[in-house]
Amino acid sequence: MSKVRLRDVVNARAGDKGNRLNLAVVCRDPQSYAAVARALTAEMVAAIFVSRRPAKVVRYDLPKLAAFNFVLDDVLEGGVNSSLGLDGHGKSLSFLLLDAEVEIAATK
Amino acid sequence: MGQRVYIGGAAGFAGDRTDAAGPLVEALSKADGPRFLMFETLAERTLALSQLERRRDPARGYNPALERFITPILKRCLTANIRIVGNFGAANPKAAALRIQAIAHEQGVRPPRIAVVEGDDLTGVLSVQELAARETGGVLLRTAREIVAANLYLGAQPIAEALDQGADIVVTGRVVDSALALGPLVHAFHWRWDDWDKLAAGTLAGHLLECGAQVTGGYFADPGVKDVPGLAEAGYPLAEIDANGGIVIGKPAGTGGRVDRQTVIEQILYEIHDPAAYLVPDVVLDLSDVTVEETGRDRVRVSGARGHPAPETLKATVCVDAGVLGEAEISYAGPNAVGRARLAAEVVRDRLATRAPDLQFRVDAIGVASIFGNDGGALQRPWGDASDVRLRFSARGAKPEDVRMLLDEVEALYCAGPAGGAGVRRHVTPRLASASCLIERKFARPRVSMIEAPA
Repeated sequence: MSKVRLRDVVNARAGDKGNRLNLAVVCRDPQSYAAVARALTAEMVAAIFVSRRPAKVVRYDLPKLAAFNFVLDDVLEGGVNSSLGLDGHGKSLSFLLLDAEVEIAATK
Repeated sequence: MGQRVYIGGAAGFAGDRTDAAGPLVEALSKADGPRFLMFETLAERTLALSQLERRRDPARGYNPALERFITPILKRCLTANIRIVGNFGAANPKAAALRIQAIAHEQGVRPPRIAVVEGDDLTGVLSVQELAARETGGVLLRTAREIVAANLYLGAQPIAEALDQGADIVVTGRVVDSALALGPLVHAFHWRWDDWDKLAAGTLAGHLLECGAQVTGGYFADPGVKDVPGLAEAGYPLAEIDANGGIVIGKPAGTGGRVDRQTVIEQILYEIHDPAAYLVPDVVLDLSDVTVEETGRDRVRVSGARGHPAPETLKATVCVDAGVLGEAEISYAGPNAVGRARLAAEVVRDRLATRAPDLQFRVDAIGVASIFGNDGGALQRPWGDASDVRLRFSARGAKPEDVRMLLDEVEALYCAGPAGGAGVRRHVTPRLASASCLIERKFARPRVSMIEAPA
C-alpha cells in the first residue's frame, strides 16, 4: 500500500442539483478500478468533505466505465438558490476531491 | 447498419459561444443522411429571467442571444437541409419563431417552416398551493406568495411531431435537454414510444450533446495532467446515431479539443444521480451497462444504454423571487497584506455588530480561502503569507436597502480602514430561487403550431 494523490490516478467532474452535489470519478487507467474502489469509499469522500457536513454520501459503481458516481447531500450551503459563496453550484469541488490522498494498493 | 442520423450540439447553455455552430454546419452539410443542429440554451433560472423579460415586453422573453446563434448559420442550414432544434424559445417560443422568420426575410432566404412547441408553462394551470403540494426535496414554495415561472419539462414527442409535419426549425420552451436530440431521432427512425432501449439510447445521445464542448475537451483541461490540444478553438460535438441506437461521438475536422474515453465518460456522468435511473419524460435511462470504445482519432462509440418505462410524473421547475444578493470587494497587496485584510474584515464586523446586528454576511479572502472553505466567513483557516488578497463580503436581503449597510461599510474602508485598501467594487444582484415539483402527466398539454407565411 502507498499514499497516492487522487489527482494522479483519477479524473473528476462536479455537477449540482439544488443542494446536492455529484462527483463523477473516472479511473484514468481502467486497470486501477478495483484498487480505487477499495480505497475511495463513500466514507472516505464524506471525510474529505467533512467541513461541508454532508447529510449523506452514496457511491454508485460503474465497472464497465471504470468510473464511480458520488452523490453528496446538503453540501452546497443551500445550493445556488441561497449560498452566499462564490461557487454556489459547487463546480470547483471536483478539485477538493482530487487533492486528497488515499492509501492504494499497487496495481501491478 | 443502414442509415445514420447526424446531430451537432451547437450550444450547451444560454451564454455559450455563438460561433461554435459554424464548423458543425460545415461538417453536417457533407454528411450523408438526415442532419440536425441542436441548441440547448435554457438553464433552470434562465427561463425565469426570460419570463420577467416577457412581462416587460410581450415581444421578447426568448433567449437574448438568439440572433447571434441563428444569423451566421440560417442560410446554410436551409440550403443544406440541416434542421434546427432549439429551446431558445424560453418563455416566448412564438416570438422567437417570428424573430427567426424576420432574420430569414432580412437574409433573403426561402421562408422556413418554423414549428413552435408550447405547453410547458404551468402558470394559470396550477396555483401556488397546488405547486407547493407537489414540491420535492424542499419547502421553498410553502411560504411563497407569487410565482415568477413554473414550467414542466416536456419530452421529445412534440419535437418529433413538429419534424413529422415538415418543420425546418423547431423552437421550444422548457423541454428536457436530451429531447432536443431524441425528438429528431424518433422522427428519423420511426422508433416506437415504448421501445425503451432505443429511447434510452437517444436520450444518452442527447445527454452527451446537451452541454456542447463539455464532451469534446471543454471543462476538462488540467495542464500537465489532462491536456487538451487547441482548447481555444475546441470543436463542438457531432453525433452519428444508427437505427439501433448505436452512438458515435466525434467533432468537426480541423477543430481543437479532444474526444476520447476520458472526455466522454466525464460527460456521461455529468449531473447524474443514480446512474441506473436517469429520469426523463419519455423513458428511464439506465447507464449500468454502458461502454465506451475509442474507434479512431477523436471518435468514441457509446453502446449499451438500457431503457425502462417512462416515469408516471413529470418534473417542473418553479422559480420565486428571492430578494437580492449584495457583494462588495476590496484589495490589499504587498507586505502584511494578510494582516491588513484581516483587520479590514474585523472593522466591518465590529461596526455592523452594533449598527446592524441582524445583518448576516459572509467574508471570503480571494486568493487565500474563498471557494472550498465553508466556515460562514469566520476566516478560521490559516492565511499563509499571501501578498495579494481580495476581500469579498456578501449578504442577502429582501430588498436592496437590506444589504446597503454592508456595502457602505466596505466602501468606507477606503478612508477609514487599514492602510492601502484599493479597488472597491460593489453591486446588488436580484435573485431567483427555484424549486422542483413532480407533476401528474394530465397537466402536460404540449402543443405544436406552425408559422409559415411572413407576418
